[in-house]
Amino acid sequence: MSIDLSQFKQTFLEESDEGLDVLESGLLALDSGSADEDVIHAVFRAAHSIKGGAGTFGLNEIASFTHIMETLLDEMRDGRREITQEAITALLNSVDVLRDMLEAAAEDVPPPMENAEQVTQELEAILNGVGQATIQTTTQATTNEQVVDEESVASVGWKVFFKPMEHMLRTGNDTVRILRELSALGEIKLTSDTSEIPDFSLMDPELSYISWNAELTGEISKEQITEIFEWVDEDCELVIEPFGEAKVEETAVPEAVAVAAETVQVAPETTAQPATVQSEPAAQPVAAKKERKKEGGSIRVGTDKVDELINMVGELVITQSMLSQMGSDFSMQRLEDMREGLSQLERNTRELQESVMRIRMLPISFSFQRFPRLVHDLSSKMGKKIELKLSGEQTELDKTVMEKIGDPLVHLVRNSLDHGIEKPEVRVEAGKPETGTIHLNAYHQGGHIMIEITDDGAGLPKDKLLAKAIKQGLTTESEGENMPDDKIYDFIFHPGFSTAETVSDVSGRGVGMDVVRKNIKELGGNIELSSEWGKGTKFTIRLPLTLAILDGQLLRIGDEVYIIPLVSIIESVEIDPSQISSIAGGNEVYKLRDEYIPLLHLDKMFRRPPRHNALEDSLMVVVEGDTHNLGIIVDDLLTQQQVVIKSLESNYKRVEGISGATILGDGTVALILDMMGLIAMSQAVDAPHAKAS
Amino acid sequence: MSNMEETIREIDSLADSSSEEQYLTFELAGEIYAIDILRVQEIKGWDKVTSVPNAPHYMQGVINLRGLIVPIVDLRKRFELDVVPYTETTVVIVMKVYSDIQDRTMGIIVDAVSDVHNIKNEQIKSAPIMHGAISNEFIQGLATVNDKMLIIINIDALLNSGALALEKAS
Repeated sequence: MSIDLSQFKQTFLEESDEGLDVLESGLLALDSGSADEDVIHAVFRAAHSIKGGAGTFGLNEIASFTHIMETLLDEMRDGRREITQEAITALLNSVDVLRDMLEAAAEDVPPPMENAEQVTQELEAILNGVGQATIQTTTQATTNEQVVDEESVASVGWKVFFKPMEHMLRTGNDTVRILRELSALGEIKLTSDTSEIPDFSLMDPELSYISWNAELTGEISKEQITEIFEWVDEDCELVIEPFGEAKVEETAVPEAVAVAAETVQVAPETTAQPATVQSEPAAQPVAAKKERKKEGGSIRVGTDKVDELINMVGELVITQSMLSQMGSDFSMQRLEDMREGLSQLERNTRELQESVMRIRMLPISFSFQRFPRLVHDLSSKMGKKIELKLSGEQTELDKTVMEKIGDPLVHLVRNSLDHGIEKPEVRVEAGKPETGTIHLNAYHQGGHIMIEITDDGAGLPKDKLLAKAIKQGLTTESEGENMPDDKIYDFIFHPGFSTAETVSDVSGRGVGMDVVRKNIKELGGNIELSSEWGKGTKFTIRLPLTLAILDGQLLRIGDEVYIIPLVSIIESVEIDPSQISSIAGGNEVYKLRDEYIPLLHLDKMFRRPPRHNALEDSLMVVVEGDTHNLGIIVDDLLTQQQVVIKSLESNYKRVEGISGATILGDGTVALILDMMGLIAMSQAVDAPHAKAS
Repeated sequence: MSNMEETIREIDSLADSSSEEQYLTFELAGEIYAIDILRVQEIKGWDKVTSVPNAPHYMQGVINLRGLIVPIVDLRKRFELDVVPYTETTVVIVMKVYSDIQDRTMGIIVDAVSDVHNIKNEQIKSAPIMHGAISNEFIQGLATVNDKMLIIINIDALLNSGALALEKAS
């Protein structure tokens, strides 16, 4: 009976990932002292489910490692152990180790054990500090379990020591039932230890005080015994040892700590044991890894969203059958009905499309949740006091966008930590609160999601930036004199530009901000910053909600139809040729009200046949760029419609000025213009010729 | 024993010489070219394409192939042959193009598709050194079928060359 567990393994890994996040955020909350009992319980549960799952999938290293964590957490939960900084740090480290181990498990390679062993020792050192006896027995129990697994039928019988923890009865487990089941296995000799029963006046009838020693004889497998204790596993002390022709393991047991470490090492071999789990665990790790990568991720979708979809499909089917019925015997009298049906079909389609898109949307908290840990680790490392504020975590955005924005966000937060927030003493001197604040905020605006990273640190040193820029030859002194602030700040996005006096391992090497901007631009977004010296800095990232569909304006230039994202269009005006003047020969600008807008002749820039219409019959579409606006001259504006974005790169390659393509209603392909790219092209020296290929 | 080995060798050599592959042949300015038929995904009539900005002159544009955006290369222009207007027999051969970086689906415009031939590997002769737009690396070899010369094209080399080459991801 070989159930293919591999299909569930993926789910387990994903759930464990979430579990780790819970663990991490819980531990951080404990660390800052803001945690109540619920948090400890949540943390414990997370560790417990990872352990359980790992055991099921034969990931023994993970199971035994988590077990040690769990033991520590359990004692914290019961209040038997104080929550110390040291313990939290060790536990946070073990979260990292677990993450590595789970990653290895996802790729079907043996987990990296070096860190695991070190952290295991850390945890055990803490555990052995107090309550040593308890731990030894529990560790011992697991150790035995694993070693004995192979030859689980003992020759003569088993010695079982069973001591329910005080609260076990409260969990709804009945000791009497357990003992009865135990006695049903074979001949049993039971002795009870009542020494711990307190005076009657002090006794709580809901607590359990008795422990038992049982000697079971007969052909009994260890599994049969552990099965009985399965439900109380966590709520009791349990030692199962073979007796009679005693096995050798007993001699190995006393050094519980050493054995625990050994178990971890032995484990890789034992993975092969449960053959039902993985047919060939280590056969071809490399090939397996490749395959897994291709599978891609999965999304958890709320049932309400799925129900909504089903409703819509239902409506769509009804509309469709109505229309086909109408089509089979159509007369002109029914034209009006037909029109109505068609508009209903359109509405259904749009709604369906929107709901499908919503499935891909996830709250940005998935991306934000890694920051508390990051800030916690880095701030203690740098000797700074920093409070991280998160808001708008429920703002939803497309999964793909979220995956790609993660790294740039980390970079920006690191920057704020390192360069932005000052050391406590400096802050106090400047009359600011000792603890600095970094605020991550997200919200929707128009068809975009805005992410703001605000810190109340030192702000950007304008003079220093300018001096550096002049030194690096990015600008000249005379140019710099009257340079507007945002232009100066813009230098930090220049490759190789850094003002940090010392290069730390956090930031300051001058790589990064340019990459951040590049990544954001690739997503079709932009980044802006504002800063006030001494008060702080604020980065604002603007991203499209989704990468798959956009609202587009179709327009015609010559014989070609292009699409401009509707969000970039500010307005469209009829051209009055008298408003056009040229600067230094080539560059044309259009005077629109009080503004001079550079003109873009797309036909020339793309080296396509020229426009049909004379200038005075043409239109100018004013589009928004990150620094200035741009006027694109077009023959005609066509319809506005939603278009599905298709990649040009999948079969061709990246084309400058084009962000993708789409398929129009008549089946032809139309290209989608990339505003950022066009502006970059127009700014390049004599753009049309420089790009000859 | 030695007899046995000989027999095996004989069979092997038979298998070698009989290993033949199917090639699709097409015409281009009176010449006959051939490509590995296993690469061909579909043959379709000439239809309007959407041109791509700043592309090489032989890159005719992109078409919609059931939702995929597929670039189309005019082989006459690629080989710098005389350009003729597209007619009813002008066809687009859509095929898989492999490279180290990324596999792509691309189309080539040819005058007409003619035939499918079985060509044995031993029939393929290497091409003489040539100059001009069609360099030796694009030609897998020459073969003679029915007294006519076929030019077997290495489409991976051809359609990953020059401006069509992919930039390595940094």
